Amino acid sequence: MVVIGAGMIGAACADALATRGMRVAVVDRGPVVGGTTGAGEGNLLVSDKAPGPELELAVESLRLWGELAGELGARALEYEPKGGLVVARDQRAFAELRASAELQRAAGVTAVDVPADGLREWEPHLAPGLAGGVHYPQDAQVQPALAAAALLRRARATGRVDLLTATAVTGLAKGRVETDAHGTLHCGAVVNAAGTWGGEVAALAGATLPVLPRRGFVLVTEPLPPLVRHKVYAADYVADVASGSADLQSSAVVEGTAAGPVLIGASRERVGFDRSLSAPVLARLAAQAAELFPVLRDVRVLRAYRGFRPYLPDHLPAIGPDPDRPWLLHACGHEGAGIGLAPATARLIAQLLDGEKPFMDPAAFGPGRFEKEES
Amino acid sequence: MRRSPLDLVRARPEPPIEFSFDGEPVAALPGQSVAAALWQSGRLAWRRTRVGDRPRGAFCGMGACYDCLVELDGVPNVRACLAPARPGALVRTQQGDGHDELR
Ligand SMILES: Cc1cc2nc3c(=O)[nH]c(=O)nc-3n(C[C@H](O)[C@H](O)[C@H](O)COP(=O)(O)OP(=O)(O)OC[C@H]3O[C@@H](n4cnc5c(N)ncnc54)[C@H](O)[C@@H]3O)c2cc1C
Ligand code: FES
Repeated sequence: MVVIGAGMIGAACADALATRGMRVAVVDRGPVVGGTTGAGEGNLLVSDKAPGPELELAVESLRLWGELAGELGARALEYEPKGGLVVARDQRAFAELRASAELQRAAGVTAVDVPADGLREWEPHLAPGLAGGVHYPQDAQVQPALAAAALLRRARATGRVDLLTATAVTGLAKGRVETDAHGTLHCGAVVNAAGTWGGEVAALAGATLPVLPRRGFVLVTEPLPPLVRHKVYAADYVADVASGSADLQSSAVVEGTAAGPVLIGASRERVGFDRSLSAPVLARLAAQAAELFPVLRDVRVLRAYRGFRPYLPDHLPAIGPDPDRPWLLHACGHEGAGIGLAPATARLIAQLLDGEKPFMDPAAFGPGRFEKEES
Repeated sequence: MRRSPLDLVRARPEPPIEFSFDGEPVAALPGQSVAAALWQSGRLAWRRTRVGDRPRGAFCGMGACYDCLVELDGVPNVRACLAPARPGALVRTQQGDGHDELR
């Protein structure tokens, strides 16, 4: 097997395939986690997903993350099962939030309503005057670069995995992967885990996959004493994530880190691969975070970074064989949830390659779904 | 005898100014950074780390490493290597993250 991409998805796929005894070459044109995995955050969320195939994938994936933390050690991944707290600004938003939590419960999510006067018990520094919230104990986090490296390390320890970095894939055909640095690799199947560049890799095989970049900024504050205990965000965030508009959406997700800085993420806008810093976006994120946590008003931001999420028009990843090329399996387009969804994505890919019954019906992730829409 | 780069470039600096470090007077030439003035006064450390309470001072000297953090006029996490020394400034050793008031 050849896995294209050494990000979170490629690392998880390599690990899942090698564990099943397959021989794998992981090929990346840059270093390990040089793509979006090294430029995002590591929230593992069920709270922001509506019932449907993505939530089903997320529930299984978070279970698998817990298993991985047990096997590899929580510290090796900086795995923290800290839980999420979604808050509502007014009664209408709180009613909507409770209604969506009710639906999520039916889909296997644990969600506990928190009345307004109970919020400070969960988060002592939350702004006064919020209408209420919902606590999601399953939400967790990892450090993505550490997690991807740990999975690749375990995969290589089987002796069945070669890692070829600084090696770009330049051509793709059945049984053959052309590279610039290691010539032609012969293989039975190819996994396209090229993230935001998954469309370009598909095109090398003559396939189409409309992956687009969706830019996100993250603010990093000066190190602080523990102020924020959970992943905290306002209920409007969910609508932002689901928006199909190219315009800027932002509602701050606020979280503390083990090292001390508070991370404030993340904006969403479709502006191609424009890396320029946008002061208005950063100001808006900062203002929203300070609105949730007034204590952050006097805290300084040390830096900001950006990344480009792999966006597909219906916000679902592409997982499964290309409709016209059964030897090419796509595993890309996870947008802002690729870290969270990586282990379950890898499980699906491994089951499909092994000819085993997949743990869930992957039809909604079918890479052919966009062709049908267009014709 | 103390060697000084001022002689090498035949500098004729304006008269020194004074700020306080942990209550003690420190002299600085106009235009010097807080870190340079502290160094010149023989002090190499003006921060204790968050983990392990270890001493720290300037490392890169050019604003990149954030090792030289100091409390300046009540504001923590100021990079001493970038902050100009000003007359009467109150500079203090920074303990940990400098935000004990939030604990
Ligand atoms: C600001 C921001 C915040 C985010 N926060 C979260 C979060 O909290 N939780 C979460 O789950 N997700 C989050 N994400 C999304 C997450 O980062 C991505 O979904 C995930 O990293 C995608 O992983 P990947 O392995 O598919 O892609 P990547 O990590 O981009 O890996 C793809 C790899 O393919 C390689 N490649 C491309 N073309 C070729 C070629 N021709 N030949 C060889 N190699 C090639 C690239 O070099 C790259 O290393 C965030 C993203 C951003 C930008
Ligand atoms: S010494 Fe490196 S930032 Fe000041």
